[in-house]
Amino acid sequence: MLLGRVIGTVVPAVLVDELSATPLLWVQPLTRDGKPEGDPLVCADGTRMAGPGQIIYWVASREAALALDPWFVPVDDAIVGLVDDVRLYMPKELR
Amino acid sequence: MLLGRIVGNVVSTIHHSIVEGRKLLLAERLDQHGRPTGGYVIAFDAIGAGQGETVLILDEGNGARQILDDSNAPVRSIVVGIVDAVELETN
Repeated sequence: MLLGRVIGTVVPAVLVDELSATPLLWVQPLTRDGKPEGDPLVCADGTRMAGPGQIIYWVASREAALALDPWFVPVDDAIVGLVDDVRLYMPKELR
Repeated sequence: MLLGRIVGNVVSTIHHSIVEGRKLLLAERLDQHGRPTGGYVIAFDAIGAGQGETVLILDEGNGARQILDDSNAPVRSIVVGIVDAVELETN
């Protein structure tokens, strides 16, 4: 799983039936320091709670569909949870 | 599998049910010399790995689901070992 920031929503006009009730969000992948990295992608929102500005973590490939209910759906990126905080441990030399 | 070092953890209250009660570790990826490659991964924990430890991370869904004993878990990365040393053949 990787971090991402929701940067927008996608509203499809026509969509396969299984996904018709699933929110689709634009997600910008982030580095562990919260900097944008790589191209934005569309994630299905398994939590149904994410919105623009929210930091989330997402999973790709086969595992993405499993984050949704029903899970037998054509999806390759999905949001698994919302991030409250990323706690980075202090390196020894800075302690 | 990947070599990584635990550098933090991710706190989350709204999440898929599989995350409930589990710790999400943030691991930086390492090369064979133990140097960070710049990449990272958010992984579940199967063994109780902690801060600063060099770990072995399974990055494959079916194996991860087998460890969690849940065939529908949206999980791909899981920490499966703590590494003592990596020995490289020297030329």
